[in-house]
Amino acid sequence: METSVIIEKVNAFLIEEFEVEASEIAVEANLQETLDLDSLDYVDLVVAIEASFGVKLIGDDFVGIETFQDFYTLIEKKVNK
Amino acid sequence: MRRVVITGMGIYSCIGTTIEEVKKSLYEGTSGIVVDPERKEFGYRSALTGTVPTPNLKKELTRRQRMSFGSESEYAYIATKQAFEQAKVDQTFLDTQEIGVLFGNDSTAQSVMEAIDKIRIKKDTTLVGSGSVFKSMNSTITMNLSTVFKLKGVNFTISAACASGSHAIGMGYMLIKQGLQDYMICGGGQEINSYAFGSFDGLGVFSTHEENPTQASRPFDSKRDGLVPSGGGAAIFMESYESAVARGATILGEVIGYGFSSNGAHISTPNAEGPSRAMQRAVQQANITPCQIDYVNAHATSTPVGDANEAKAINEVFGDANPYVSSTKSMTGHECWMAGASEIVYSLIMLNNGFIAPNINLETPDEDAAKLNLVKETIDKKIDVFLSNSFGFGGTNSAIVIKKI
Repeated sequence: METSVIIEKVNAFLIEEFEVEASEIAVEANLQETLDLDSLDYVDLVVAIEASFGVKLIGDDFVGIETFQDFYTLIEKKVNK
Repeated sequence: MRRVVITGMGIYSCIGTTIEEVKKSLYEGTSGIVVDPERKEFGYRSALTGTVPTPNLKKELTRRQRMSFGSESEYAYIATKQAFEQAKVDQTFLDTQEIGVLFGNDSTAQSVMEAIDKIRIKKDTTLVGSGSVFKSMNSTITMNLSTVFKLKGVNFTISAACASGSHAIGMGYMLIKQGLQDYMICGGGQEINSYAFGSFDGLGVFSTHEENPTQASRPFDSKRDGLVPSGGGAAIFMESYESAVARGATILGEVIGYGFSSNGAHISTPNAEGPSRAMQRAVQQANITPCQIDYVNAHATSTPVGDANEAKAINEVFGDANPYVSSTKSMTGHECWMAGASEIVYSLIMLNNGFIAPNINLETPDEDAAKLNLVKETIDKKIDVFLSNSFGFGGTNSAIVIKKI
């Protein structure tokens, strides 16, 4: 799957399900701070990613993920594995 | 012992989603019962149900908060918000005082079923999402309300079948009376969906008068053929009399008696002795005589045996005092886990507006009911004291007495 498609789909579920404004999404922005994520929200990220891409992430996958770019890259690696 | 008063109430029911709407429905004898065709497809004997609008809480609750809300929590939240508003209790008050929360609830069927269905399909528990566990637990209402409103007092759910809401109010009253809590938000919530009532329908105790839904729930009438399930949310805010006076709050009523009992008999078939003891205990605790009670809001659900036994019990307790009696379930259907709380709200509305709501659909009372002073049409009359009955499976009984100050 192409990077642009992945970014588009990720942004779509973040806007729809995590209720973040599109204008707040930026590749270098901090994912956790922008989405105001707590530990429970990572479970919902796993659910949203599975629903959008059919791949299952685990908690350890999020270690080191700081920016939106990190997040896109993580999903791209999983999807295109 | 402290005096306990009610200074706020809220309601989200099939006869209205505000106190004003419900007051109008009660006064006009309006039924909230409809036919839900989906129940037939699901396998129900009866498609009759009370129905409420689906709340939209997106603007007032965060995503994180809403993730943990099943429908019963949504209904209870709206009712609680109304009660706080009427009591003039704002977030600053909630932040600086210790507020207890006790609600009646006895199922989260839809949340449980949706989670289990997803796990069966996905074979992965994580994929039910983070909110599922909080929606699926029976204490979901109190865990949500305490979190959203940041409540810091006693915090748990009371499960007592169709008497849950009444016992929650009764226990809240006891906590304030004994000085263990200063403020309590109490009530009940009841989900409305096909999962919630399927096994109940299977017992054959629901009315099948689908041809005319608004006439299906007919407590005490000789043509009654069963109850109509319903639901929603109801809440009351209680505090000590001294506190209410000091705050300048409007007092809606004073709780003066809470009687409880268990039948110690059949799991579903009610008797007269247990309810009678609960009512007697409530009246004794209130330190009044039965003739001082103007109105009894009956539990009467429109089942043949239940209504007859309650009529016997009321006759036994009140005898010649013969207070006015009506069952608001004739309009609302049986709001089950929340019924004990919603019927306190309905009765408080009557207490504060000088009328007694009718027991609609009452054409010919049966032998036991004929001895009661049943209210067939709305009566414009000031009432000073009422007693509200709630009974449930397992033979749990609750009776609460409230008076106007």
